[in-house]
Amino acid sequence: MTLLLLLCVAGYFALSTAAILLPRSVATTVVYAGSFAVALIALVAGASVLLGFADGAELVLPIGLPWLGAHFLIDALSAFFISVVSLGAAAASYFAIGYGQHEESPSRVLPFYPTFLGGMTLVVMASDAFSFLVSWEFMSLSSWALVVAHHQDEDNRRAGYIYLVMAVLGALALLLAFGLLAGPDGNYAFDAMRQSARTPLLTSLILALALIGAGSKAGLVPLHVWLPLAHPAAPSHVSALMSGVMTKVAVYAFIRIAFDLASPLDWWWSMIVLALGGLTSVMGVLYALMQHDLKRLLAYHTVENIGIIFIGLGLALAFRANGLAEAAALALTAALFHVLNHSLFKSLLFFGSGAVLGATNERNMEHLGGLINRMPYTAFAFLAGSAAISALPPLNGFVSEWMTFQAIFLSPALPQWGLKFLVPAVGTLLALSAALAAACFVKAFGVTFLGRARTSVAARAHETDSFSLSAMFAFTALCAAAGLLPGFVIEALRPAVQLIVGQGMPLQTAQPYFSIVPIAASQNSYSGLLIFLFVAVTGGATALVVHRLAGRSTRRSPAWDCGFPDPTPATQYTSSSFAQPIRRVFGTMVFRARESVEMPPPGDTAPARFAVSLRDLAWEGVYAPVASFIGFASLKLNHLQFLTIRRYLGLVFFALVFLLLVLALWQ
Amino acid sequence: MAVILDLISAVAQMLLVLLLAPLLTGIVRKVKARLTRRQGPPLLQPYRNLARLFRKEAVLAENASWLFRAVPYLVFALTWVAAGLVPTVAVDRPFALAADFIALIALLASARFFLALAGLDIGTSFGGIGASREVMIASLAEPAMLMIIFSIALIAGSTNLSAIARFMSSHFNVEVSLGLALVGFIMVAIAENARIPVDNPATHLELTMVHEAMVLEYSGRHLALIEWAASLKLLFYVSLLACIFAPWGIAEFGAGVSASTVALVSYLGKFVLGGALLAFFEVSVAKMRVFRVPEFLGAALMLGLLATLLQLVLRSL
Repeated sequence: MTLLLLLCVAGYFALSTAAILLPRSVATTVVYAGSFAVALIALVAGASVLLGFADGAELVLPIGLPWLGAHFLIDALSAFFISVVSLGAAAASYFAIGYGQHEESPSRVLPFYPTFLGGMTLVVMASDAFSFLVSWEFMSLSSWALVVAHHQDEDNRRAGYIYLVMAVLGALALLLAFGLLAGPDGNYAFDAMRQSARTPLLTSLILALALIGAGSKAGLVPLHVWLPLAHPAAPSHVSALMSGVMTKVAVYAFIRIAFDLASPLDWWWSMIVLALGGLTSVMGVLYALMQHDLKRLLAYHTVENIGIIFIGLGLALAFRANGLAEAAALALTAALFHVLNHSLFKSLLFFGSGAVLGATNERNMEHLGGLINRMPYTAFAFLAGSAAISALPPLNGFVSEWMTFQAIFLSPALPQWGLKFLVPAVGTLLALSAALAAACFVKAFGVTFLGRARTSVAARAHETDSFSLSAMFAFTALCAAAGLLPGFVIEALRPAVQLIVGQGMPLQTAQPYFSIVPIAASQNSYSGLLIFLFVAVTGGATALVVHRLAGRSTRRSPAWDCGFPDPTPATQYTSSSFAQPIRRVFGTMVFRARESVEMPPPGDTAPARFAVSLRDLAWEGVYAPVASFIGFASLKLNHLQFLTIRRYLGLVFFALVFLLLVLALWQ
Repeated sequence: MAVILDLISAVAQMLLVLLLAPLLTGIVRKVKARLTRRQGPPLLQPYRNLARLFRKEAVLAENASWLFRAVPYLVFALTWVAAGLVPTVAVDRPFALAADFIALIALLASARFFLALAGLDIGTSFGGIGASREVMIASLAEPAMLMIIFSIALIAGSTNLSAIARFMSSHFNVEVSLGLALVGFIMVAIAENARIPVDNPATHLELTMVHEAMVLEYSGRHLALIEWAASLKLLFYVSLLACIFAPWGIAEFGAGVSASTVALVSYLGKFVLGGALLAFFEVSVAKMRVFRVPEFLGAALMLGLLATLLQLVLRSL
């Protein structure tokens, strides 16, 4: 299977070349249809390794470092992530067969799109540090090219610049982490890294670098700032891939280093991961609530969901460090389940936002409204995605959150007091972020799709094409399937979990009524299927009885609105007025939100003005100082560019002498 | 055969909560009226109101979408299922494994999600104000509820309501953390049910409405379903309170007729008492401003956190 997957990657790269060579009229269809086909093959290959139908034995290609070669290996963890990547890639490609036709400059998107897919697939297959980092850079740079595809927009250029800086920083951190993992002998193969022993200090340093490298790509607060700028700037199917899939590749990198290569870890590392996860989940959703750009809102929700995944990973680290394998299996399964879930519903939501963008050319929710009447199918799919991401039963988002909560409830068994107290607090943050996510998606769906159209473009919107709709409905169906029959997903995850913590969750398919149980001794259970059947039967029966006995006559009339219906759509609640109570409760502290009202004096006919100011403390506290330092340093170092040749030679001479002196003293 | 019996018991429980729910609303209204020295409507008035609403035609705003028409059925079904899954008369009923404590709370969150969307559907400012305040209150109530669930799960060792009820009726002892959790639970329940002091179910002053503003555009059978769902939600919380903090008398599933009768009578007693206590509480406090609600719910969260920490410390002594 390893060979087949490498051939898939080669297929992606061939498609990139084809995108340049093919005539413009067919390039879009060929590239996306081709990517769809390749992604499907890769999905089947990855899933068959995960489910044990095939093996992914190591394959060494004679490229890369001459004494090392390029190692590729597909174990259960890689197979799971290959499946997630390929599933997202297949849906995004299919969506783009229709959506990509709107693209104004296809030659800026098409060559990079398959490369991006190939890069992501290679990262999760790589089994030595060199091929891992090269693939990682393929992924970063091709996605950067896609972010700046619409470079005419000033904001997109800025987003691209910040993304590039952060990607380079992240890659540097990973490079150093792998360098430390490889040790002085340069054992760059993953197998050799697993075998070598390290001091605790070195392990801590590796973990910190991995958190910076993988965390910045995944969007951990406070390294998240680039993400909500870059993800929305790309075309919508690429946004779906970046948010839904690329962040998962970063999660894979973290799992691979923290749970596999650098293990075993001390228990206190789990506290850092847990605290970062909790902070990320709440901050992500609070940022999202303050947005009125639909795609940026979705990108901030990616930050939130990454936080939820890291909470699961932190719990798994804590339980594993204390030898509680059963609880660790539960926490890790929850995290991996959420990886799958988030890739499903986030892709779905980005597809929906792409459909809205295609129909109205508008990302600002304040200019939309009432689209449910114009785009009923898109609205339905977006509603399903919103309900799933808000962790509402019986859809899939709730299952992984329920499992995370169950893992949190097992935390009193942990011996360390720090963890005992931290985990309930993180649980509160998780509950808070779930509730705020529901609030945020009431806002996103309500302001975009419900109410009255706020502008004429929204009133004239039309339903999107059938390719896009099929991709959205396929993912809607998968969200429902993973929510109704979670036991099968958990069983599919078992090999990956077993590989990492040595034990899986109890056998789920043996439970009555397709319910799931967290650990063997627990009486807690949840059955999405039963809940769904109950709600469907009671709801259907109610509708039947009410219509039979009470009649179904309806009359249409103007809105009641307590007797004062407002004539203009401008009096509706907007996204910022909807979020005002939450901004007032949380924002005054988190964002230093200030509201100012400017009332003209009596008699003056000037309009009153209301302004809200928000401050982004992550930007001001972390990014801006670094940026200004770099600016200052490069201004000073700029002088070095304009020296004479004599001075350059002198510089080289002194540098050489200095380094030789250091070497001599070192020996 | 066993499946048929299971289904019959499930249907019986569902019908029990469905038919009792309006009575609870009637009890609260009656006791409130008597406490303020008014005659008050008859106990069965909520049933009459529902019947009248069901007979009327439903008036829809011109731009109402399919979602607006579907939401009453969805909210009713979700709330009804949640209320039906709480152990009332017997523990460990069939299908009790469908949802634990967390899943039941999440079912109500689903209902609220759709109701808030319906509030936004017509595009009126009252619908918007109701929806935006409702989600703000919910975002504070849910973490508080989770902390309370955590402390109860620490005490009883499970989030399965039947297991909690069985543990509480056999191992009950007065604990500080249980008391803290009880107070916090009641505070959250008051906020979730839109009762005084968080919201006023009887208000007619638009700017103070939260729940009522959200459903302002509903009429006829749709309004009847939403009001019934509100009664069911109140019954859900009273049943939950009875099941966790006062499970005495609750029977095992399949226990004999006498045990079941005792359980039913004790449940009805708790039911009436719960309604009366709520009415008493409501007449003794004043409604608070919307932006005082975060402090109220923050206090509930702190109580839950304190209960959890106390348990953690106690268990390791």
